[in-house]
Parts: sequence; C-alpha cells; structure tokens
Amino acid sequence: MNDAYFRTEGLTVGYNGKPLIRDIALGLRAGEILTLIGPNGSGKSTILKSITKHLSAIRGDAFIAGASVNAMNYKELSKKLAVVLTERLRGELLTCWDVVATGRYPYTNTLGILDAEDRKKVFAAMERVHAADLADKNFSAVSDGQRQRILLARAICQEPEILVLDEPTSFLDIRHKLELLGILRSMAKEKGITVILSLHEIDLAQKISDKILCVSGETISHFGTPDEIFREEIINPLYGIEKGSFNLTFGSVELPRPEGEPKVFVISGCGSGVRLFRRLQKAGLPFYAGILYENDIDLQVAAPLAARVITETPFLSIRDETYEAARSLMKQCEAVVCAGVPIGESNRRLGDLIREAGALGLLKEENALFHRQEAR
Amino acid sequence: MTKQTGFQTARARYAAVFAVLLAAFAALIVWNINTGSVRIPVREIARILFTGAGDDTQVGIVWKLRMPRILAAAVLGGGLALSGFLMQTFFGNPIAGPFVLGISSGSKLCVALVMIVALRYFSFVSSWMLVLAAFAGALTAMAFVLLAARAIRQMSMLLVAGIMISYICSAVTEFLIAFAKDSDIVNLHSWSQGSFSGTKWSHVGVFSAIVLICLVLVFFMSKPIGAFQMGESYAQSMGVNVRRFRVALIFLSSLLAGCVTAFAGPISFVGIAVPHLIRLLLKTEKPILVIPASFLGGGVFCLFCDYIARTAFAPTDMPISTVTALFGAPVVIVMMIRRHRARL
Repeated sequence: MNDAYFRTEGLTVGYNGKPLIRDIALGLRAGEILTLIGPNGSGKSTILKSITKHLSAIRGDAFIAGASVNAMNYKELSKKLAVVLTERLRGELLTCWDVVATGRYPYTNTLGILDAEDRKKVFAAMERVHAADLADKNFSAVSDGQRQRILLARAICQEPEILVLDEPTSFLDIRHKLELLGILRSMAKEKGITVILSLHEIDLAQKISDKILCVSGETISHFGTPDEIFREEIINPLYGIEKGSFNLTFGSVELPRPEGEPKVFVISGCGSGVRLFRRLQKAGLPFYAGILYENDIDLQVAAPLAARVITETPFLSIRDETYEAARSLMKQCEAVVCAGVPIGESNRRLGDLIREAGALGLLKEENALFHRQEAR
Repeated sequence: MTKQTGFQTARARYAAVFAVLLAAFAALIVWNINTGSVRIPVREIARILFTGAGDDTQVGIVWKLRMPRILAAAVLGGGLALSGFLMQTFFGNPIAGPFVLGISSGSKLCVALVMIVALRYFSFVSSWMLVLAAFAGALTAMAFVLLAARAIRQMSMLLVAGIMISYICSAVTEFLIAFAKDSDIVNLHSWSQGSFSGTKWSHVGVFSAIVLICLVLVFFMSKPIGAFQMGESYAQSMGVNVRRFRVALIFLSSLLAGCVTAFAGPISFVGIAVPHLIRLLLKTEKPILVIPASFLGGGVFCLFCDYIARTAFAPTDMPISTVTALFGAPVVIVMMIRRHRARL
C-alpha cells in the first residue's frame, strides 16, 4: 500500500463520537475508481463524508499523496478533493453556469470574480459533461439527469485530484447512468483523477470499478478488485440475498423461482428459452428445463429459475444417463414445451426427446400453458 | 453566443438597478430636506449644503434637525437591510430578519435597561454604552433563537420562537418604562416604538462608523456568503471554514441589528422586505451585488417611510414601524405566496 496515492489508516467513522464502522484500511493508486457497495443504511455515506471531512473521523486518518486530511484546512482540501453530494444544492435564481462556476471558488480572488481563464475552464467542464447548452437555464428547472451532470461539471472545474460522489446515479434513467459513469471512467483514465463513489447498482459497480469496498455494519467486510469481490459467497451475504439471484457473470438479476411441483418441462437451447423461462416465472408456474449444455446461454437464466435443470458437458454427445434423467422428469410433467432448438451431430438425441414427448401426447404449444392459467 | 448576450442583458439590468437606487437615494434626501413644517426651496438646499451660508433658521433646520435624521434613516435603514440579509443567509430562510426573530426586541430591552439605570444614577448615557447594550441584547436574543432552532429543526417554528421572544422582551421593556422618571418617558416611549427623530450629530458619527465598517466587512465576505447560500456541505467542500463563518455571520448581523435599535428603536419589515425586493429587481442572489444594493435599498426604503412618518400627520411623528409595516408586510405576504406556488 506504500505506492497508494490515496489511503486510509485505521479510519473509524460514525456520528456524535459513536463509532459506526471501525478500522477502514484501503489504498488506491492515482486514476483508480473505488466503488462502495452495500445495503441501504450500511454506512456508505458515512464513510464518504468522513473522507471529505464533512464528518470528523473518530479515529484514524486519510492521506492524499501522503498528506493527512485531518491536518489539512478546508481551503487546502478544496483544491485536492471535489464532491457531488446527495444533499440538494440550495440557492435560488442560479443558472447552471453559475452553479458550475462555483467550482472555481478555491482559485478566485477575495471577491470571487472569475477571470477569462476561469471562464474557459467552466465552459470546458460543461462541454466535458455535454451540458454546454444548459448554461443559461435555471438550475432549479433542469431534469435530474441534467442536474447530476451540472454538479459533476462543477466538481470537474474545481480541478480536484480526488472526486468523491455519493450515489451519483440515483434517480437517473439507464441512459444517464451509463453516460455519467462513462464520463467518470474517462476522467479517471485520461486525467488520472482518483474517483471514490457509492453505487446501488452492483452490476454497474462491477463494470466501472478498479476496486470495490463492501460496507456492511461494524467493519468493512471486503476490499479488493471486482474479480475478487464479485463472488456469490461475498455478494449474497453482503446484501442478504435470499429471494431471487444476482448473476455474477452478466450482472443481471432474476426474481425468485416459482415454488411448487413442476408441471412443465421446457426443451430449449442457444437462447431460445430465456424469454419463456421468465414468462413462466411471472405466471408463477414451476418448471424443469433440459437438456442444456453447460455453456448454453439458456442455462444462465434456467439455473436460477427452474426447479431443476438437466445439463450436459459441452461438445459431448448426449449420454444415456443424461437422456434418461431428462426423460423421467419429462414423464412427471403434464406438458412439454419446445422453445425451438437447432439439432446437430452432438445433440441429436434431443430430437429423440422431442419425438418421445410427442408420442406421449405431452407436447404443447407455449400459449396453451398460459391460457389454462388465465382461465383458472 | 447566447452566453455572451445573457451576460450582457444581466449586466445592463444590474447597472439599471443601481442607477435607479442611487437616483432615488439622492432624490429622497433632497425631498426630505425640502419638506416639513418649514419648506425650503431646492436652490436654498444646495446653497446651505455646499456653502453653509443662508438664512439662519433654515441653516439651523437643515443642519441641526433634518440632516441628522436623514442620515439616520439612510445609514440605519441600510444597516437593517444588511442585517436581514445576513440572517436570511444564516438560516437559509427568506423570512428571517432582526425584527421577526426578536433580535431587535432583545436589543430594545437591554438598551431600555441601560438608559433607565444610567439616567437615574448617572444622569448621562453615552452612545457607545447604548450600542454595547444593544449588541449584548441582540446576541442574547440570537442565542435563544439558535437554541430554539437546534431543538426544533423547522423553519416555521424558528419564526414562532422569534415572535415569542419579541413579545416577552417588549413586555419587559414596557414594565421598565413604567418605572422610568416621568421626564424620560416621552423620549423612551417614542424610541421604543421606533423612530429616527431626535438623532444628534454625535449619534451620526457613532452609527455611521459601525454600520459602514460592517458594510465593508460584509462586502468582503460576499464570496463565502455565496458559497454558503448553496448549502453548508457545499460551502465546506469549496474550502469555507463553515464554523468560523457562521460565528462571523451571527456577530455582524447582531451588531448591525443592535446598532440600529440603539439609535432608532425596533423597526419592522425592512430587514425582510428590502433584500427580497432587491433580489427580485436584480434577478440574482449573488451577494456581491445584493449586499451593496440591499444597503442602498434599505436607505431608500427608510428615507421614504420616514418622510411619510414625518409628514402624514404633521406636526406629530408617527412611529416609523407603522409605515415600514404598511409597505413591508404586503411584500412579505406576496413573497410567501409566490414561494408556496413555486413549490407546488
């Protein structure tokens, strides 16, 4: 951690002298992005506020390029660290330009008058977040997405070495989320600005971050790279996910699987089943799925949703025991639906399975399943 | 390109507002000298003011009676508007001001106490003693308001607390006045209702020094004030030492409010109405503009109101608050309705 540009040592944070999270130790190199994840109320904001000195640390300290944040005065800190807070920015009759221009505060003269250089930087910061056209708009009249971009521009033109953002993506739609995080990413990589933020969207956290800090309760549960952190045994207990699931590879979420005795067997492959699995989940119909190769995209959705999935090792021909397992599950069902699957050399026997279902009179159209349910 | 024209129209607006304020200020001074139980023609005024020569009675009226009173209205009115602006900044509430928060009444109580005690035992009161008493009273009242604000984090309750403090202080002041010597009562009574009459040149020196120094200090604080308007957390992230800044705001606003009360008694609504009107005219909240404009505007407003207080039922003076309330209160009501609508 000695090459760390930003680090904390034994940082203990909390309110009114009561420690909430103890002994936070982390280190970041310049230009890295650290994301704090964890459930609501776990103390992500408390940690961020302590780093920005809005809260005084109970014990320990943070260091920017070796300089203690505790020992720094607010003016020195404001030239190194800029923030985007969840707190509403007060102040009336301000245009977006005015708001961004306040980022120049640490650099302007006693009366706070901007010079030509400052104006150029304000404008550049607005361009950077694609908000130059908002300059004359009243700040209180812009949309949530625009507001976040303006606040980001404000932080950018403060020319910080570290940027701290508390849940910057809340209230933004997906497009603006991606846009905002994209800007952060390029700020970090091109300008070497170290970014520390908290996010609720762990799928996005996984993709944007260089380091992840898991915050839950008393201590920091984990600190590491996304590869180290995004594992079921870390993420599921962190958020206490019991119902539903979080797909670590794709960062997608699935709702809990339907309960009960499955009456439907789904034959699919190469992505043809995803839509149907989710439709069955929505209708509350438990189901089996198979035979899926372990590298089939359908398996990513079938695994969390189906009562049981019959799988086969990739690139092998379907073996007898696999076929038998599928056949016996199929026979317990009232209906078999084929979502469509290309049949080739290795999965030739899947064709047999479909024919057998047909012979047993189990093969149904997909819509028939739901008609019956609606009639009920 | 739009950016450029935007800047230009804003600048033109600021220049126009200041020009109008300055013109009104000058016109009201002349008008105030001009009218009263003795009318003095404008040409005579110029001669008296700039050469000091002229008819002896007229010179006496202008220099001994009208000028000190006019300067009191101009400077103390400006100070009051400035004090209101600082309190609005501090509480983040446009309806805060020295009168509604009970700060003026706190000063009044202390000043009355000092006057009565000093007149009875020393038969002498210096201006500085009054200012000191008023400042102490203002700070004490402010301390109570801050305690209330900390206990109940609700803006409307803050105002209720201020109004209650104001009533208590006024009641105690009335008690004190009842104990005063008969000869002092007339003076004390008109002062405790708020009035610019009876201002002496020795007073003018003292309050001008205090108010103008405060004005300069506040003007040079316009940068952190601007940051503070955006919220404490943002101000801090911009490098403002919020704790120190808050103390400075309290001291300056209390000193201004106390100084005004020491010499002119409690005056209502100037502190709220003037900064609000100025913001409306300028269409900005930027302190670097609002501070000098509010000061000028406070002077203009009080000169105008004092003119009416002096002349409406001449030769009797009305309490200045009667007039300031008449013009100021509607402004406050309209402001509250507009803000409420804006929130819907």
